[in-house]
Amino acid sequence: MDLAVIWFIAISVLWIGYFVLEGFDFGVGTLMPFMGKRDSVDRRVAINSIGPVWDANEVWLITAGGATFAAFPAWYASLFSGFYVPLFIILVALILRGVAFEYRGKRDDSTWRLWWDRAIFFGSAAPALLWGVVFANVVRGVAMDGDQIVTASLADLFNPYALLGGLTTLSLFALHGAVFLSLKTDGPVRTRARAAALRTACVAVPAAAAFLLWTQLAHGPAWTWPLVALAALALVGGVAAARARREGTAFGLMVAAILAAVITLFGSLFPNVLPSTTDPAFSLTVENASSADYTLTIMTWVAVVFLPLVLLYQGWSYWVFRRRVTGATVTGETVTRGSGA
Amino acid sequence: MEALELARWQFGVTTIYHFLFVPLTIGLSFIVAVLQTVWYRTGRHEYLQATQFFGKLFLINFAMGVVTGIVQEFQFGMNWSEYSRFVGDVFGAPLAMEALLAFFLESTFIGLWIFGWHRLPRAAHLACIWLVAIGTNLSAYFILAANAWMRRPVGFEVNPENGRAELNDIWAVLSNDQAWSTYLHTVSAAFITAGLFVVCVSAYKLWRNQKHGDTGIRGVTPPKGDFALFRGTLKVGLVFTLVAGVIVAVSGDHQAKLAAQYEPMKLAAAEALWETEEGAAFSAFAVGDTEARYNPIDVTVPNILSFLATGEFDGEVHGMNNLQAAYEAEYGEGDYIPNVFVTYWSFRLMMGLGMAGVAIAAIGLWLTRGRDRTPSVHGRLTRWFYPLAVLALPAALSANIFGWVLTEMGRQPWTVHGYLLTAASVSPGVSLGTVALSLTGFTLIYGVLAVVEVGLLVKYIKAGPSHLVPDLEKDGDESKIPHFSY
Repeated sequence: MDLAVIWFIAISVLWIGYFVLEGFDFGVGTLMPFMGKRDSVDRRVAINSIGPVWDANEVWLITAGGATFAAFPAWYASLFSGFYVPLFIILVALILRGVAFEYRGKRDDSTWRLWWDRAIFFGSAAPALLWGVVFANVVRGVAMDGDQIVTASLADLFNPYALLGGLTTLSLFALHGAVFLSLKTDGPVRTRARAAALRTACVAVPAAAAFLLWTQLAHGPAWTWPLVALAALALVGGVAAARARREGTAFGLMVAAILAAVITLFGSLFPNVLPSTTDPAFSLTVENASSADYTLTIMTWVAVVFLPLVLLYQGWSYWVFRRRVTGATVTGETVTRGSGA
Repeated sequence: MEALELARWQFGVTTIYHFLFVPLTIGLSFIVAVLQTVWYRTGRHEYLQATQFFGKLFLINFAMGVVTGIVQEFQFGMNWSEYSRFVGDVFGAPLAMEALLAFFLESTFIGLWIFGWHRLPRAAHLACIWLVAIGTNLSAYFILAANAWMRRPVGFEVNPENGRAELNDIWAVLSNDQAWSTYLHTVSAAFITAGLFVVCVSAYKLWRNQKHGDTGIRGVTPPKGDFALFRGTLKVGLVFTLVAGVIVAVSGDHQAKLAAQYEPMKLAAAEALWETEEGAAFSAFAVGDTEARYNPIDVTVPNILSFLATGEFDGEVHGMNNLQAAYEAEYGEGDYIPNVFVTYWSFRLMMGLGMAGVAIAAIGLWLTRGRDRTPSVHGRLTRWFYPLAVLALPAALSANIFGWVLTEMGRQPWTVHGYLLTAASVSPGVSLGTVALSLTGFTLIYGVLAVVEVGLLVKYIKAGPSHLVPDLEKDGDESKIPHFSY
């Protein structure tokens, strides 16, 4: 197969990894204020459920960005300069969120924690929404001239299709986070997370269904139809499993739903990487935006050797922290090595 | 004003800010790993305290380094789209490798280290902090190889069809002499910074103990153990600084020779040398006239510049006027002279402040020579040593910054030396207002976070280690080792 096509697939794999993993920690951050009162142990339980993993989850984004820079320089250049303002807001959000996780507990002061809670909420909800807006626009295409410079205004980026995309990712990640919380915590947070899952599902299921159908009808090739169906089934099945308190199954089905949805988006985009609505001839494609074969070959070897290794040790870290987080774990009451939660 | 100017300011502001945290992350990860190793090997309580105390400070700093780093990767595409388009094929590869090989390692194992105090066997937990240290150092290599390529572009060809730089030898990019030389220089400078951070904190604690006999918190007397601990860490910091100081000097000398070879204009500007000379003198203090292109005042040390640049006292060093003429002949009309004032003074401030930091460490090591001696047993000397040790940290941090200002400003007007001008690198589709928005936004948030970060560091330094780690020796219950959490 053509190396550029392989790298298109590799980059979609990185985005799948990012949305599956950071998707739930965005969701946890968004729902955290609803998991307990101000200053409560319950909020700490929610935050600590993603504590050991959120940072490595975010590296999937950095790797996707770096891989795009290396494999499709023109795509990276046009996309990042063309989506300047949404990316700027995402950066601000990620800065505040990362610092908030680390600093929130470092002062015993309820006003201090309240402000960091706000940062965690904004820092999680804003990127969850904006990634949907960005990806919907990428699939739909933007105004772009013959020099591959995006000429779309900020208002153009907030078109109905993109807003639906944003609503989809925001609600879907919230649902994903709720399911994760009910799987990874115990006590009152687990109960509230289940309730939150059922409530967010009322938005996420119709929004995702509408967005994926719109995507499929307007941009999708025939082969992504089964994926749309799979995403819908997995999503509905996930909600049903959450309702039936089968938390592990629910989480697995949510992962499947996000996976199928992201493949649908990338499948609908292919062979373009950034279509131009000004003139289809100006579109950036897998062929005209990619690096030369030498770079792609080197990158392929690096990815083949190191990506499995990353999956191995990242998977191990999830195994180490497999136990449910409870109020007692975060306050350190019953912690003993080897037997503690 | 144009978007280009603001984009440059944004790159300067965000990069300088990012690099306040990076050297501490690189060096402190190593120092904390060493402290924890000693605890692992000896089981001595004060090393556990030192590990957790400096570990906390390390984490407060680490968070800032991580989040400001994401901005760095994104802004190449956001503000410098034409640069990205031209270099992506070559420059993107080390960036992607950095993420895949280093960032995943660092971020996964930092999570395991923070939350794994009671969940991992001791040896595995110790391995985590070592993997974090290896990850940070690996990441430094890839990003510096990318930066070195901009100063000495190798291993590529410009494709005449699409006008882009295309990689044809990745090994040349990774083994670039500019890359490993810059790596040695930058990482040893990072070790100096982290060493002086430990010196600064330890000296401050000893100073307060001596001056007030308290911990900095009203009414709380320091446990006796704190005293022994900070004597120990002071020494650890001093030794780290001095060893790294030797490497920084040797690699710095090599950097000057590489500049003479690959970036003669930068060296000439750093020395305010207008005319090509044999046996060129090192300028100690100059006032230049950049319009008329000469120095009305110049205090010099004969032959030293030639020696630094070529290894021979009468070697030839190119001057800016000669280079300007040569560049015009090669690249066409234009101004190829960087901002001489900034380049000249950042060079001097980098060297001066860096040397001052290392000198303070040397003095400290002399004062604490022999067994168990601290400056406090040296009577009057202590009065000036403690504040000096505290000031050594800002000196080192500033030296790092001036080093980067010299590197980046001295490379102007180029982004990729000889191939791409900065003016041709900026994003054509991004307006002045948009860059103004992000520049203002980042500056404000970075400013607020700086205040918050320093406040937290001070709080934890004042609280001290015994506040963090109870005395385990009394009851010997390992489960009382505090675990970190959010």
